[in-house]
Amino acid sequence: MLKLDEIQKRLLREVADLHEVPEGAYNIRSNSASAGRQSTANIEIVSKEDVSGLEIRIKPGTKNESVHIPVVMTQSGLKEVVYNDFFIGEGADVVIVAGCGIDNCGNQDSQHDGIHRFFVGKNARIRYVEKHYGSGTGSGKRILNPGTEVYMEEGSYAEMEMVQIKGVDDTERTTTAELAAGAKLVVRERLMTHGDQRAISTYVVKLNGENSSADVVSRSVARDHSFQKFDAKIVGNAACHGHTECDSIIMDEGRILAVPALEANNVDAALVHEAAIGKIAGEQLIKLMTLGLTAAEAEEQIINGFLQ
Amino acid sequence: MLELKNVSFLVDDEGKDKEIIRDVSLTVPDRKLVVVTGPNGGGKSTLARLIAGIEKPTAGRIFFNGEDITDLSITERAQKGIAYAFQQPVRFKGIRVLDLIRIAAGKTLSVSDACQYLSSVGLCARDYVDREVNASLSGGELKRIEIATVLARKAVLSVFDEPEAGIDLWSFRNLTEVFQRMRGDIRDSSILIISHQERILNIADEIIVIKGGVVEKQGSREEVYPHLMRAEIAEVCEGPYTPAGKGDAEC
Repeated sequence: MLKLDEIQKRLLREVADLHEVPEGAYNIRSNSASAGRQSTANIEIVSKEDVSGLEIRIKPGTKNESVHIPVVMTQSGLKEVVYNDFFIGEGADVVIVAGCGIDNCGNQDSQHDGIHRFFVGKNARIRYVEKHYGSGTGSGKRILNPGTEVYMEEGSYAEMEMVQIKGVDDTERTTTAELAAGAKLVVRERLMTHGDQRAISTYVVKLNGENSSADVVSRSVARDHSFQKFDAKIVGNAACHGHTECDSIIMDEGRILAVPALEANNVDAALVHEAAIGKIAGEQLIKLMTLGLTAAEAEEQIINGFLQ
Repeated sequence: MLELKNVSFLVDDEGKDKEIIRDVSLTVPDRKLVVVTGPNGGGKSTLARLIAGIEKPTAGRIFFNGEDITDLSITERAQKGIAYAFQQPVRFKGIRVLDLIRIAAGKTLSVSDACQYLSSVGLCARDYVDREVNASLSGGELKRIEIATVLARKAVLSVFDEPEAGIDLWSFRNLTEVFQRMRGDIRDSSILIISHQERILNIADEIIVIKGGVVEKQGSREEVYPHLMRAEIAEVCEGPYTPAGKGDAEC
């Protein structure tokens, strides 16, 4: 395999479910350098020349292929901004797995800001999975600030799963999307913060084309003294359907600010938002305790289920 | 065997003590099905919650197989073999029916084993096993799943708080077969059902009538049943009387 130590391998498993070198196209970035790369006949991965990052070009009509571009960081004090652009050709149907794992045992902050731009061609479909994970006992923070821009052409479909469950101290996530006619965007964000962590997630989705639609759903849990802000705005500029939902469990001294926003600039724009924040219902705990779980185990089951 | 000795339960009602349960003593013997009945608001559900450990008595002791469990938590009582079916089952976002049955069983059941519990409460298992126990399920479906979780526990004592509540009476008619089967399979276990239903009262070994927080009558079905007030029994689609709030849409 690649030259990766055990910690790096563990991070890879956490963020990309990778136990071996992935099949298909991949680029594994480790401590700011490429630790391995492979292009395929249909998917080309090349380094950018002006800034740090990659260009991933997926040929039109590519079906059932995947791209893995995980990032692992184990050096304390490393800070990087990476620009990755994905060009998904017309009619392609691919899975893209990104994700970043930081292990920081030192006392300096480690930070990875991944700026991803997706150009989704006509009638193309992508499924994008991005997992964030932090570990290490150092006092240095683990910081991830992902920026995602999605440009969707007519009839295209993008499903984006963003997961951050553990160990990331500070996140500012910004996601913007612009949809042409008939395009559909589905976002599923799952977030858990603990300790003194802070996570901010901002979405601006513009439904520009007729019959475009977006469904942006966040499920989150804020524990200990952590803070979360979910700020999702859907703009309807045509006859379209938009739905955003923020559903959160608050625990301990956690704090959550949900700011759902809708902007309709067309009489045929149908937009809905929902937001709910609450603690775990006492009856839920009691039910699981009557099945033999302790209060702590019951809480864990409820949270795990909620974040499934 | 479960024994309640001089159990009372008081709540604070705007500064005054209100007695929900007063000096109740009763026994649920091994290998018996005991039905607790009586008017609404008489303290029946509180009694079930006291047995499960959800409420703690303000006086008196509770013994389970000779051990004083009064101060044990809900979890400890569950681990000793007490199962409790809620009158109003709880919903969970993200937890599947399969997950709940596995938690109840306390082990990793195969899907087909889990399905057997669902089938035995009259649900088409394949359609339900992967569904979330959330608001997409109807009251009747949730109730059946609730009962399935109790079956999966293979408990020493199973307590059901008004299994008929929230189910239309026609469906409940089918569900009574579940309790009849449980009664048939009783070995080293016992069952306590809080119910107004004639069909449940008919399969009881013993009947306890709770009214105004006290035990009004207690004895074998043969002794107690003939003395029950007409209004204390809900007939299934046969009699004119159904207690308020007990879902009579199908009659």
